[in-house]
Amino acid sequence: MLMSRPVAEGPGQAPGLASGQAMSEIVRSPGYWATVWRRVLRDPVAVGAALVILAIVLIAILAPYIAPQDPYKGMTLRRLRPPGTEGFPLGTDELGRDMLSRLIFGARLSLFMGVTPVILALFLGSAIGIAAGYAGGWVNSILMRTIDVFFAFPSVLLAIALSGALGAGVLNGLISLTVVFIPPIARVAESVTTSVRSRDYVEAARASGAGPLTIVRVQVLGNVMGPIFVYGMSLVAVSMILASGLSFLGLGVKPPEPEWGLMLNTLRTAIYTQPLLCALPGVMIFVTSISFNMLTDGLRSAMDIKA
Amino acid sequence: MSDTAAIGVRPLADTAALHHPRGGEGSDPGRNHSDPAPLNPGPLLEAQGLVKHFPLKGGLIRSPGAVRAVDAVSFSLYPGEILGIVGESGCGKSTTARLLMNLIVPTAGTVRFDGRIAGSRELPLRAFRRQVQMVFQDSYASLNPRLTVEESIAFAPTVHGMASDEAVRRARSLLDRVGLEPARFAGRYPHELSGGQRQRVNIARALALQPRVLILDEAVSALDKSIEAQVLNLLLDLKDELGLSYIFISHDLEVVRFVATRVLVMYLGRIAEVGPTEALYTGSRHPYTTALLRSMLSMDPDRRTESAPVAGDPPNPINPPSGCRFHTRCAFAEGVCSAVDPALAPVETGHAAACHMAIASSGHSKADARAA
Repeated sequence: MLMSRPVAEGPGQAPGLASGQAMSEIVRSPGYWATVWRRVLRDPVAVGAALVILAIVLIAILAPYIAPQDPYKGMTLRRLRPPGTEGFPLGTDELGRDMLSRLIFGARLSLFMGVTPVILALFLGSAIGIAAGYAGGWVNSILMRTIDVFFAFPSVLLAIALSGALGAGVLNGLISLTVVFIPPIARVAESVTTSVRSRDYVEAARASGAGPLTIVRVQVLGNVMGPIFVYGMSLVAVSMILASGLSFLGLGVKPPEPEWGLMLNTLRTAIYTQPLLCALPGVMIFVTSISFNMLTDGLRSAMDIKA
Repeated sequence: MSDTAAIGVRPLADTAALHHPRGGEGSDPGRNHSDPAPLNPGPLLEAQGLVKHFPLKGGLIRSPGAVRAVDAVSFSLYPGEILGIVGESGCGKSTTARLLMNLIVPTAGTVRFDGRIAGSRELPLRAFRRQVQMVFQDSYASLNPRLTVEESIAFAPTVHGMASDEAVRRARSLLDRVGLEPARFAGRYPHELSGGQRQRVNIARALALQPRVLILDEAVSALDKSIEAQVLNLLLDLKDELGLSYIFISHDLEVVRFVATRVLVMYLGRIAEVGPTEALYTGSRHPYTTALLRSMLSMDPDRRTESAPVAGDPPNPINPPSGCRFHTRCAFAEGVCSAVDPALAPVETGHAAACHMAIASSGHSKADARAA
């Protein structure tokens, strides 16, 4: 009798209340993410930051349509014109290329270099961290001590060392930045997972006979992805600055590609003659990264719901 | 088989046969189930020599010692009964529960269900878990805050291969069964419910696999007295209706007396005494049980508790006392108590105590007078 009692019962007449219970009658509470969304919308700083990011993303996507000039076409005759010059609202760079167009096109590579490594690192880092946190014991020790090795290097140094070893180029810059961000994300993922793992509902899930993958998917992920994602978002700004730094050092993007960090580098020779012009790519980096930071802060406080 | 009926899938005759009158009918557990249960006349759930030592951290190569949380604990749960487990905090009650559930790996010993060892080829853990489920003390921590009530309840059946809409239907009928209107509660999140409602959800979740045994680890301890009574009544109704057996772990002696058919007293990872509820409450044989019972607050002003029944804290389970573990706090301790570890000896049918005073020729001066 014991084993022959299947969990999955065949269909039959649904008795009692169940028959009258249409699915739509159930009172549904707004879920956690719906609540977070509502709280973010009430935070003007976060909304503002999100709008700025959205604008930059749109600019990056629509670059060919909104850029007034060809960002690659230079002319020796009109080098280093100050902002406000007719035809060149933000002036021209050291090779006479339109600054506005280069800044617009630069958003593409800069955003790409800021966001992609973080996304890749989010996948790899949370996989490592969640595995370590959920498995615990010696698996945790091996994974996390390996991760700790990377913390011995300052992130800038690590990025430069890796990029230097791999050689210049967008792809290599991407790889080295991803590697730089995996350890901190893994560490955050490990600590949240460890705290979730010991909760009674995970015990209850284990007691129900679920395997570790099912438990991680259904019971753990929903509780750990929030903090990990917020942390990852705070890294986008760092990633952009690091990517700009790599480009500045000639390790990331190569000229003549427009990228804010690289532009900062090539324009630095003109810092005494056209200081305003030289600052422009820096302003873009600053605005974008601070927007990401403020959005992150807004999300973090919106997600900090008691109960 | 229909859904609601599926919850009470054990046939009515079976349930009726398993029905176990509560209270002081001086029941010998062996006798109560002897006529029904034609297939399995033995105990339903059996702990055999369960040992759990938690190694201490600190030693570089070898651990400097171990917390002996549970030390050689054996007992049986018979069909239809409620076995209460009582003891001070730290005596190993919860560890015993987790060992029974196979949530932690025992240092030694086995858990048998229906005579088969849990986790063996005969009874794989997955199959075992469908028969034995657990309700935890902390009603909030035991529900995933990101899942709705019905998702939490439906989780276990889907793990065991039930289609998700079917599982949701079962979840709703279970909610109804534990007294929560599905239309109002199924789509709620745990933080929107009160403690009593959450504990009802936890009970529904534990019942979702149609287990035959529920382990209730301080399941009502965190609730208000009035809510506690409601949930207790619900548990008793469910037990009769679904033919369940409970292991009821609590530090609340009054509650245990109210629900349990048999009581097991634990002290420092060992069983001090076990016996039918009334026999044990009225005629305890182990001084620890006596002291524990005297610590119950009396409603009668003429029976004031004047001195603390047991002084001090339990000894450290890392290096438990030699011989009888209670001898350091026992008023009747003699030489034999610190020298020889008393075995759990029967004093009456179904009533056993691990005390030298209950063993006829133990060498204790009071042994002959009190031994049965």
